[in-house]
Amino acid sequence: MIQFFHDIPDNPFLLTGLLAGVLASLACGVIGPYVIARRIVFLSGAIAHMAVGGLGAAIFIATVSPVALGWVKPMHGAIAAALLGAIIIAFVYERAAERMDTLIGAMWAVGMSLGILLIKFTPGYHTELMSYLFGNIVYVPWGQVYLMLTLDAGIILIVLVFHKRILAICLDEEQARLQGVNVTATNIVLLSLVALTVICLIQVVGLILVLALLTLPAATAGHHVRRIGPMQWVSVGLCIALTTLPRIAVYGTRISPESAIVLAAAGVYLLSVAMMRLRSGRR
Amino acid sequence: MGNDAYATHPCTHTGVMNNDQPVIEIDRVTFGYPPHLLAEPVLENVSLRVEQDDFLGIIGPNGGGKTTLLRLMLGLLKPQQGSVTVLGQPATRTRSRIGYVPQHARIDASTPASVLDVVLMGRLGASSWGCRFSRSHCDIALEALGRTETADLATRAIGTLSGGQRQRILIARALASDARILLLDEPTAGVDAHMERGLTDLLHQLNEQLPIVLVSHDISFVSRHLKRVACLNRTLTCHGAGEITQEVIADMYHDHMVVVHHDESCPLTEHPSPDDRDAEPAG
Repeated sequence: MIQFFHDIPDNPFLLTGLLAGVLASLACGVIGPYVIARRIVFLSGAIAHMAVGGLGAAIFIATVSPVALGWVKPMHGAIAAALLGAIIIAFVYERAAERMDTLIGAMWAVGMSLGILLIKFTPGYHTELMSYLFGNIVYVPWGQVYLMLTLDAGIILIVLVFHKRILAICLDEEQARLQGVNVTATNIVLLSLVALTVICLIQVVGLILVLALLTLPAATAGHHVRRIGPMQWVSVGLCIALTTLPRIAVYGTRISPESAIVLAAAGVYLLSVAMMRLRSGRR
Repeated sequence: MGNDAYATHPCTHTGVMNNDQPVIEIDRVTFGYPPHLLAEPVLENVSLRVEQDDFLGIIGPNGGGKTTLLRLMLGLLKPQQGSVTVLGQPATRTRSRIGYVPQHARIDASTPASVLDVVLMGRLGASSWGCRFSRSHCDIALEALGRTETADLATRAIGTLSGGQRQRILIARALASDARILLLDEPTAGVDAHMERGLTDLLHQLNEQLPIVLVSHDISFVSRHLKRVACLNRTLTCHGAGEITQEVIADMYHDHMVVVHHDESCPLTEHPSPDDRDAEPAG
């Protein structure tokens, strides 16, 4: 653990990794409570897996046409696909909410297969996809940090403008509609926020583990504070602790930092559940 | 509406000579859901007039069209035939003028909001963008809580309240919007007899300022407390209070029924079950 601090001057990636963790924490701490309140955890999963399709597509077109489209980064594809997924889900929710379950399953599987297929057809050897699937907090280039900074700024700005309306559809959608809120548009805004958050989290824990960091800290916060605003603050704090401490703790061991982060999040959640049980049992 | 049959119809003729504009006017409305639309209408040729000081209960069996009629009044549905006019305007344009009180059961224990947060949602239509409600909106919400005698609950988490308390909070939310009419859906569902009496007193008190329309399957509640009762089973028939007899109910439900008078004065916890009769409308 001490080794981590000794190595920081020699290895700039350790610092960018920590920074990436904090930036991802901002996004998921703010958006996670909405996801919990509106019960769209699995929708978020579908959006994350749509992003894999986008990653594959971006890697494919950038390799096939390096001159015209060489500037396309995998993350661009992921952002586009995740936003597309958010919009599809919002429209299907409006027209055929009872089919949501099927749609989520389909998007989950199709996004993933499309990504894998396109990577297979991309000429040359690519290990990149693996780092997106499982995350790579050990190697975070500055470019990635700037991208996350932009996403964070966008997310927080949108939340500052839309918070009341998003909260309204989380609490009681029909009442929101009677108050003149455009529920479909607000839904698109919320799901797009989730999509952008997923992109931020990919760097830290990878696509497969995104759901853990999006939901567990927010759910833990929900045990102790009962309003969405404080829940967001507590979640941000928890996320920062969870993306930083486990990673420093397992530095130099064979344990992958991404798994350590997710397991720590689950551990904290379980501990919190146990505390709640004890407290209500005593009453 | 120079139609004689319309003017003398018991649902549109309220007994009082009143030249004021009715607050709600439903004129020969027929409504059906796809795919059958008008082949099997849910509501057929329904006419109803709600006056300024009305206290109207709409009762009827499940599937009789109670919720549909309510949604038409709220402007969430459009009639295929006929018209729904609220305060002189088509219902779809007056959504915010109706204070709608849904069944409290839709709020679950983990909802991350305080009582004040929930009541403030009644101010959403009148508030600006941004993430906070202004001081004046908070004052209006607190005043609404005062009118339902729940001001002391303002900072409590909504999930920790009892059924009767939640019902009062939802009434406060409806009052916080600039509602001119109160529309309640099953106000006594899941509320015990003691709480129910308090709720009835509150509604009577509010009725001095606002017309109230409520939908209920609880015939005993409706017939004991309301000024007028409308029985809805695809078509609508109206009765003055106290006119609801066993014949009227049997006619509406097309079945053998027994009316059991069951309230807080009832010494029995279980009523003797009537022979060969399978349904109990009140309890």
